Amino acid sequence: MSSSLATVAYIAAIILFILSLGGLSNPETARRGNVYGMIGMAIAVLATIFGPRVTMAGIPWIVGAMVIGGSVGLFAAKKVQMTQMPELVALMHSLVGLAACLVGFASYVDTSIVLTGAEKSIHELEIYVGIYIGAVTFSGSIIAFGKLSGKIGGKPVLLPGRHAINGIAALAVFYFGYAFLQAHSPADGLTALTVMTVLGLLFGIHMVMAIGGADMPVVVSMLNSYSGWAAAATGFMLSNDLLIVVGALVGSSGAILSYIMCRAMNRNFISVIAGGFGTGGGTAAKKKDGEPQGEVTAISALETAELLKEAKNVVIVPGYGMAVAQAQHAVFEITQFLREKGVNVRFGIHPVAGRMPGHMNVLLAEAKVPYDIVMEMDEINADFPETDVSMVIGANDIVNPAAQEDPTSPIAGMPVLEVWKAKTSIMMKRSMASGYAGVDNPLFYKDNNRMLFGDAKKTLDEVLTALRA
Amino acid sequence: MPLTIGVPRETFAGEKRVATVPDVVEKLKKLGFSVAVESGAGDAANFADDTYRAAGADVVASAAELFARSDIVFKVRAPSLAEVGLLKAGTTLISFIWPAQNPELMQALAARQVTVLAIDALPRQLSRAQKMDALTSMAGISGYRAVIEAANAFGRYFAGQITAAGKIPPAKVFIAGAGVAGLAAIGTAANLGAIVRANDTRAEVADQVKSLGGEFVKVDYEEEGSGGGGYAKVMSEGFQQAQREMYASQARDADIIITTALIPGKPAPKLITAEMVQSMKPGSVIVDMAGEQGGNCELTVPGEAVVRHGVTIIGYTDLTSRLAKQSSTLYATNLLRLTEELCKAQKEKGDGTIDVNMEDDAIRGLTVIKDGAITWPAPPPKLPAAPPPKPAAAAAPPAPKGHGHGAGAPMAGSTMAVVFGGGGALFWLIGAFAPAAFLSHFTVFVLACFVGYMVVWNVTPSLHTPLMSVTNAISSIIAIGALIQVAPPLTSDVAGRPATLILGMAVLALALTAINMFGGFAVTRRMLAMFRK
Repeated sequence: MSSSLATVAYIAAIILFILSLGGLSNPETARRGNVYGMIGMAIAVLATIFGPRVTMAGIPWIVGAMVIGGSVGLFAAKKVQMTQMPELVALMHSLVGLAACLVGFASYVDTSIVLTGAEKSIHELEIYVGIYIGAVTFSGSIIAFGKLSGKIGGKPVLLPGRHAINGIAALAVFYFGYAFLQAHSPADGLTALTVMTVLGLLFGIHMVMAIGGADMPVVVSMLNSYSGWAAAATGFMLSNDLLIVVGALVGSSGAILSYIMCRAMNRNFISVIAGGFGTGGGTAAKKKDGEPQGEVTAISALETAELLKEAKNVVIVPGYGMAVAQAQHAVFEITQFLREKGVNVRFGIHPVAGRMPGHMNVLLAEAKVPYDIVMEMDEINADFPETDVSMVIGANDIVNPAAQEDPTSPIAGMPVLEVWKAKTSIMMKRSMASGYAGVDNPLFYKDNNRMLFGDAKKTLDEVLTALRA
Repeated sequence: MPLTIGVPRETFAGEKRVATVPDVVEKLKKLGFSVAVESGAGDAANFADDTYRAAGADVVASAAELFARSDIVFKVRAPSLAEVGLLKAGTTLISFIWPAQNPELMQALAARQVTVLAIDALPRQLSRAQKMDALTSMAGISGYRAVIEAANAFGRYFAGQITAAGKIPPAKVFIAGAGVAGLAAIGTAANLGAIVRANDTRAEVADQVKSLGGEFVKVDYEEEGSGGGGYAKVMSEGFQQAQREMYASQARDADIIITTALIPGKPAPKLITAEMVQSMKPGSVIVDMAGEQGGNCELTVPGEAVVRHGVTIIGYTDLTSRLAKQSSTLYATNLLRLTEELCKAQKEKGDGTIDVNMEDDAIRGLTVIKDGAITWPAPPPKLPAAPPPKPAAAAAPPAPKGHGHGAGAPMAGSTMAVVFGGGGALFWLIGAFAPAAFLSHFTVFVLACFVGYMVVWNVTPSLHTPLMSVTNAISSIIAIGALIQVAPPLTSDVAGRPATLILGMAVLALALTAINMFGGFAVTRRMLAMFRK
C-alpha cells in the first residue's frame, strides 16, 4: 500500500470517527455510531499495518499483541457489571496513558529519526509533553479506579501545602524539560525524562487523591480528556495527522464533559482539580448556623407502596446508592407495575448522579427502563409541583434544598432536583448520614418528606411485594 | 399518671358519627392513654360497644360518669350546654366548636376552666396540619354523599349507554364551588359516568377540576368589563350579571346541580334563584350542601328534601352522618394525629401525657380556650417553612442550559478581549518559531479540536457514559504510534538503535491499547444495546 493510499485511508477513518461521535447524539443512532467507530479503527489499523511504515517482519509481533490484548479486552467487556462501568473506564484510561508513555520513550531512544535545529527541539518537546500527559493519565486513572472500586477510600486526601507541592513539581517539570532539550546524547536526556515521568506519575496520584468521591464524574471525564491529549501529543511526536485529529476529538470531548459536570455542580473546574470538596471550609460553614432542626418522619415499605399506588404522578430520582445496592432491577419492576396501573412514572436524572457522566442512564437502561421516561434535570424540575410522590433512591446532595436556600452552604448555587416540591417525597437511605459533600440535608426535616431507611435493594423488594399484595 | 380520653355519645339530633373508632383506640392506648367510651356511642356508626372493649377501651354506662373520669374529651359536634355542665375543671376538650358562631358556648366553656381545642380552628395553611384537617375529610365525604343523594333522587342513569332498548344520554351534572367538597363531588359524579361541569370564582382551581374529569365553566365577564366601560362598580355588576346568566344557562341544561358555595362567617350566597329552578327539566335534582348556612338555592329547606316545580331540592345538613362509619373513621384518625402532636413533648414515649404547647403554630391555632382563658382568635401563624428572602446567589437562575454550543450567554466583552489577546499572542509565538512541518500538524490539531467541540455538544446527557467509553476506545488510536515503531523500514544503517528495546516497548503498548480498543468498543456495544424505548 502506498503512502498516499494510507493517507486517504486515514482520512476515511477520521470521517468515520467524527460520525461515530455524532451518532451518539441520540440513542437511536448511537449503535450505528459505535459501528462507525469500529470500522474507522479497523481501517486505521489495517492501513498502518499494510502501509509503508511497517515491514513484514513486524506482522507476527503485531498479530500476537493484538490477539492477546484483544481477548483480554473482550473478556473484560463481557464480564463487567454495569455498576462497575466507571471503574472499567478509569482503568482503560490508564492503559492509554501507559501506552503513550511507552511510545514516547520508544520514540526518544529511536536513533533512526534524525532531526536538527528547531525541528529537533520541537520533536523533543513533543516527546516530553506526550510522556508527561501519559504519565499523569496513567497514575491518575489508576487512583481513580481504586477510588471508584472502593479499594482506596473516597474521602479526599489532602497533604499540607498541597498547592505548594504542585507548584514545585510544575517548576521541576519545566526545569527538567529545559535540561532535556539541552541534552546532547540520548543517555543524558533519558535521566531528565525519567525524573519528569516520575514527577508526572506522582502528580497524577496526588491530584486524584485530593478529589472527593462526589467529584468523581469530573475526574473520570477529565482523565478521558487527558487520554485524548496524550494521543494527540503522540501524533505530533510521530508526525501523524490521524493521531492528532483523533486525540483532539477525544480530548475536546472529555473536556466538554468535564465542563458540563462542573457546571452541574456549580463549581469551577480549577477548584475541582484543586480538590478538597466537602472538607475544611465546608464543614465550618455547616456547623455555624445552617444545622437544620426538626423532626424526621420515617415510613415503612408498606406505607410507601400505599402512597405509590394512590399516586398519579411519580418521579424517581436515583443516585449512587442505587448503583451500590444494585437496585436498578427492583426499581424497574416497581416502575413497570405502576405503569401498568396507569401511574405516570418518570425518572429525574441529575447530571452528576453516580460516579461518572450518564452513570444512572446506563444502569436504568440495563434494567430495561425505556429511555423516553428518563428525564434530565432541566426537563423534570418544573414538573415536581404536579408530582404526587417523588422517590429519592440513594441520592443526597443532588436533591439538597440547601443549595437553593442556604447561601452559606458549601453546595450553594448547585442546581438540584427540586423533589421537595412534590406532594410527598420519599427519601430512601441507609442512615441519616450526609452525602459525599458532607453537607446536612434539610430535606430530611421537611414536613412532606418521609424517610425510608434500609438497603435500597432490600427495601425496594419489600415495596414491590407490598404493591403486588 | 396516664390521662384518660373520654368519648361520649353524640347528643345532637340525627348525629350518627362518633369521635373515635376501635382501630384508633388501639393506637391511643399505644400512646399511653386509657380510653373510656360511653355505652352506645358508636352504635349509629356501626361500632358496637364490644368492639371498643376488644380494642381496650372501658365502656362507661352514662355520660355523667364518662365526663367525671375523663381528662381529655373527644367529641364531634360542639357540646350542648348540658354537656358543658358535665366537664370538670382542667379537662381538655377536642371537638368542632365554631367559636365565631357560638359566642355563648365559648363563654360557658371558659367559665368551666377547661382547655378547648377547636378542630375547625386549625390553621389549614400549615402543610403539617393536613393530617389533622377534619374539615377537609368531612367535606370530602359530604361531596361524595351529595352525589349519591342526587343519584338516588334522580330517575335516570348517570352514564350514557346505547342498549337494545334505546339510547340513554349521560346525566349532566353542574357543580357550583370547587372546594374540597366540590372536588369530591366532581370526582364521584365523573366516576359514575356523568358529564360534569363546575365553576368557582377562583380561576386557579380550573386545573384541579380538569384533573378529576370535570369541565371548568368560566364566568364570561371580561368581555362585559370591556364592553361596559371603565367603572369598577359597573364591572362588578357586570360580573354578577354574567355569573347569573351562566348559572341560568347551566340550570336550563343540567340534570343535577350540586352547590357548595360558602362564605366564612356569612350566610351562603344565593346562586340558584326560583326562576332558575323553574327553568330546569322536571325530574332534575338540586343538592344544596350549604343548607346549614341557609342554602345556595332560594327554595332550599334546610335539613329536608322537597320538590318544587318538579325539581327535587335536597338540603340535608347531615350528609357526613349519612356515611357515619366512614366519617367517624376519618375524624377519629384526624384526632389521633392531633393527639400525637400534643404528645410530642412526652418525656418517655407512650407515657400518656399531653402538652398544649402554645409555641406550636398548629396547636396555637387550634386552642380557643386555654385553662379558662379565651385565646381565640389566634394570631396568624408564622409560617415555619417561609423561605428566608432568597440570597442573590441562590436567586440568580443558573446559566441557561441546553445542548447548544457552550454557555448560554455570550461572553462578556472584556473576557472576549482577553481570550482573543491570549490566543493571538500564542499564535504569533508559534508562527514565529515553529517550523513549517509543525504548523501543518498544528492546523489539523486546532481544527480537530473545534470539530470535536461541535460534535460533542450534541450528545444527549443520557449517553454520556457510552460517549466516554467510545471515546476511550477511539483513543486507542495511539496503537498507530506503537504499530509504526514495531518494524519500521530503516533506510540508512543506524548504528546503536536499541531495536529490541523499542520492539518490546512497542509490542507492550500495542497489547495495552488492544485491550482498550476491543474492550472499549465491545462494552459500548453492550451498553447501547440496552437503551430502548
